[in-house]
Amino acid sequence: MSMSTHPPASDALALDVRGLSVEFPTRKGVLTALSDVSLTIKRGEILGVVGESGAGKSMTGMAVLGLLEPPGRVSSGEIRIGGKRTDKLSEAEMASIRGSMVGAIFQDPLTSLNPLFSVGQQLIETIRLHSSRSRMDARARAIELLKQVGIPGADERIDHYPHQFSGGMRQRVVIALALAGNPQLIIADEPTTALDVSIQAQITALLRRLCREHGTGVMLVTHDMGVIAETADRVAVMYAGRVIEIGPVEEVLSRPKHPYTRGLMGSIPALGARVERLAQIDGAMPRLNAIPVGCAFNPRCLDAGSRCRQVRPALVTEGQGSVACLVHDGGVQ
Amino acid sequence: MRSANNALEVDQLSRTFDVSAPWLNRVIDRKPKRYLHAVQDVTFTVEKGKCLALVGESGCGKSTVARLVTGLYAPSEGAILFAPAVKGRGRGRPMEAQMIFQDPHASLNPRWRVGDIIAEPIREFGLRSGAEATEARVAELLRTVGLSPDDGKRYPHEFSGGQRQRISIARALASEPEFLVCDEPTSALDVSVQAQILNLMRRLQDELGLTYLFISHNLAVVRHMADRIAVMYLGRIVEEADTEALFANPQHPYTQLLLQTIPDVAAPNRDRELMGGEPPSPLDPPKGCAFHPRCPMATDQCSKTAPEVRARAGGGTVACHLAPAT
Repeated sequence: MSMSTHPPASDALALDVRGLSVEFPTRKGVLTALSDVSLTIKRGEILGVVGESGAGKSMTGMAVLGLLEPPGRVSSGEIRIGGKRTDKLSEAEMASIRGSMVGAIFQDPLTSLNPLFSVGQQLIETIRLHSSRSRMDARARAIELLKQVGIPGADERIDHYPHQFSGGMRQRVVIALALAGNPQLIIADEPTTALDVSIQAQITALLRRLCREHGTGVMLVTHDMGVIAETADRVAVMYAGRVIEIGPVEEVLSRPKHPYTRGLMGSIPALGARVERLAQIDGAMPRLNAIPVGCAFNPRCLDAGSRCRQVRPALVTEGQGSVACLVHDGGVQ
Repeated sequence: MRSANNALEVDQLSRTFDVSAPWLNRVIDRKPKRYLHAVQDVTFTVEKGKCLALVGESGCGKSTVARLVTGLYAPSEGAILFAPAVKGRGRGRPMEAQMIFQDPHASLNPRWRVGDIIAEPIREFGLRSGAEATEARVAELLRTVGLSPDDGKRYPHEFSGGQRQRISIARALASEPEFLVCDEPTSALDVSVQAQILNLMRRLQDELGLTYLFISHNLAVVRHMADRIAVMYLGRIVEEADTEALFANPQHPYTQLLLQTIPDVAAPNRDRELMGGEPPSPLDPPKGCAFHPRCPMATDQCSKTAPEVRARAGGGTVACHLAPAT
């Protein structure tokens, strides 16, 4: 594989996505699932990607992993993982990147693991696929990984099968598998959604610690603002296939700039105090075949003006973050 | 505890499931029968017009209680008593309890029009005479839940998740119940849609004087909805109290653990300690207090004897040896 030269700046980045668009050609026309998505993740940093169902957050993760379901395809933009351009690679080249440069953690740990092989066999296979270790070496490394993810009695548990682990322990095994190839980036798609709250806290704390220790960038895709608030360093809010706000987590969550982010924060019942009525955003996310012209959020937005129905807002830097809203970019009228 | 003010009284309710292997396997492997005690000795009351929430992690038996209350399961032991209905019982009379399920994709018949789904209980119980009156009632119900009467002609797949949950609520209201059992009604929904549904449920409670039994694992949602909360762990209620009292002063260590571990958007705890332990299997619950293997304060007594349910300082009940005496 020949490597073309890239700007050295991107070497420090675990992930650099620029202007990514994903399309699904259908008989009734082309659906744009992702539109001009740009984001970066530094090494050792956790970027939370939030949004409601259909916002395109999982699609972004899948595009980075090169796992878009046909006929979905990247129609424009660039994806670089650890400085290496990956969006133009063949299926075989992409397969060798997955695991060694980018790992994945999915929602349901039971479907991510093969029920017919012990977790040891699955870990050893993954380790040997991406390095030239001997079987004994790989086994020692597998035990070390299981210890790192906090599985008690790793020496013994390595020969157990997935069904012998509880949900939380299985998710730890999946995290160990994702780390096995020492990737620069991990895509974690709703890693705690299938788990109970007391287990969820264990897994997010583990994810935070491991990504610091290994210097791995993490894209944490979730719908749960609480998880983002406790885990992520920066957060990107998505709506209808676009990034509408991105910035440091404290800033976006406590001083949201986009009307959608504000509505989203207001609609979460707080633990601290009880309110009579939750703020609600009326309506629902538009379907892919009916994304409104201009700002995609304008039919649900209380601040919308005539310009919002014509001009699509671009991400503009404000404070430490960026926001795509005409209120912050030349006014709504 | 009998009182005319209570919409529902549940007394020492238990439900056991037989999960034994087939007879031949048992004989060959010489294994005894196995039973799963999904709900054990659960006692609670719900006051009229109030909302009691059952919270707990998966496998704690909260959904089994919901199904017992609505009669989808028969209790193994104990009693479930509804307040005598104002309008009497039998044909032409409303139902006592109705249920709203978690997944609005699975709980609506995809082959029926929405109008027919909502009209079915009305026709079945003979609540309105004549097709016209039924149709008018369906239109009224659709408006009540924030949909338009024209939506009755469409099929469930044409609606989003939140709208489908509105249809489920309309169907539940069609039989004019005084009591609604809501089993995780918003867990399958997005947060902004969840807020719409929670607001709708609160409004309906005020307008129609409904009583709710609200099942959820999400403590933030529960705090928003419930007047009283019962925390379940492995088939038993470990603590029950008024919402504000429970949040202000949780006395059972499991309630404390739950309250500490929920990620809170307003006050995130980013330096969280890794906490060990997972709920044990309900097939093989620990001896003594079921929570003692995970409890940071457990003593010898906890591993030997199960704690009695007793009065809780500040109102309610708690089942813990170490809780402060009243």
